[in-house]
Amino acid sequence: MELLSFGDNGWGDELFFATLMTIAVSITAMAIGFLFALIFTPLKLSKNKTLNFIGNCYTTIIRGVPELLVIYLLFFGGTGAAMYVASIFGYDGYIEINSFITGALAIGIISGAYSTEVFRGAILSIDKGQFEASKVLGIKKSIQFYKIILPQMLRLSIPNLSNVWQITLKDTSLISVTGLVEIMRQSYIAAGSTRDPLFFYSVAAVIYLMLTFLSMKLINKLEVKYSKGY
Amino acid sequence: MISIFPNLISGAAITLQLLVTSMFFGLIIGFFFAILRINKNSIINKFAYGYSYFFRGTPLLVQLYLIYYGLANIELLRNSFFWVIIKEPYWCAIIAFSLNTGAYTSEILRSAFQTIKKGYIEAAKSLGVTKKITFYRIQLPIAIKQSLPAYGNEIILMLKGTSLASVITIMDLMGEARKVNVLTFKPFEAFITAGIIYLFITFIIHNIIKYFEKKYGFQT
Repeated sequence: MELLSFGDNGWGDELFFATLMTIAVSITAMAIGFLFALIFTPLKLSKNKTLNFIGNCYTTIIRGVPELLVIYLLFFGGTGAAMYVASIFGYDGYIEINSFITGALAIGIISGAYSTEVFRGAILSIDKGQFEASKVLGIKKSIQFYKIILPQMLRLSIPNLSNVWQITLKDTSLISVTGLVEIMRQSYIAAGSTRDPLFFYSVAAVIYLMLTFLSMKLINKLEVKYSKGY
Repeated sequence: MISIFPNLISGAAITLQLLVTSMFFGLIIGFFFAILRINKNSIINKFAYGYSYFFRGTPLLVQLYLIYYGLANIELLRNSFFWVIIKEPYWCAIIAFSLNTGAYTSEILRSAFQTIKKGYIEAAKSLGVTKKITFYRIQLPIAIKQSLPAYGNEIILMLKGTSLASVITIMDLMGEARKVNVLTFKPFEAFITAGIIYLFITFIIHNIIKYFEKKYGFQT
């Protein structure tokens, strides 16, 4: 227990901040994922073959390739690309891209692919009659989307989004390979310097379990709140 | 581009080896825990639930580190017969992956068992079919058929999970790609080629499962 105390002798405060970092990365990644989903869901639902193909490519490739690969590609490839762009402008030094940004972006791209599938499923499960009814009533397409489809889509996708959130939360542990100090990285450092890996990895596991447990409770509450009246 | 290909292919062979071995053990573990989950005894039930909750609620990386670094820390294990297994990163990876996929498989099978219509079991009972035969000839085949699509997803998730083996020094497809990146400083070539190989394997698994679904699954 001494190992977990706050202050200079223990790893309590370090692990606490690492937990905050994990939460911050997860939320950022989830938000980036939503942005990607907002772009790619309409593409996947579109009747235009080219657009449809682009949307399908995104979800198929990202869901068929290991998460670690996306992270490495952005981390190593991103540095190279940034240096190449900089060299055009005459700067030849080494550029290191912030590991928070690359990590959140990589995980965001991955969670975006899952969110896209969730939103697509939700929109498809909305009764076709509603689209037709709003058309007959002469409601504009944009208003139809914002006032009729979007609220229902969000409600229908909450249970599946909670799965996406869990996946995202667990995927953030992979960013530790790029050196971002989140739970996994901090446990690795602590385990290395105290030579007690069993203890620190168990603590990491418990923290992750608590995070998933708490977020499940929160999402369940949201689900109850938004399914009122159904 | 061509020179890195043999390396990646040999890595892909290790990846497939890891996948097949851990899916095999995972299936056994999954079956075992699924049967515990549908048991009516609440202690056995809770134990099985705890197992699947732990392995589904923590990242695979934590489990891998716990087994690879953590177990080696226990003096008792180091002096025992198990040390032969635990000191090898390959077997640590197999243990972690099997336990992880076992947890997911047990959930898939449990939900398949629970969605079997009660009428089937009641019908078997009223026809005087013994419990054992009801389980093996009625419940089990239906559960397997029902869980095929979800199990296909699980295989693909596990394929992606095996890439973590590269973190504990195993030279699987991901490990080879990392090596190529370090040696040649060409991240795009290395990782994109590896990604294409991963996609190819995913594609094959997807089609095999689709074939089985068509042949044995329920038409819905």
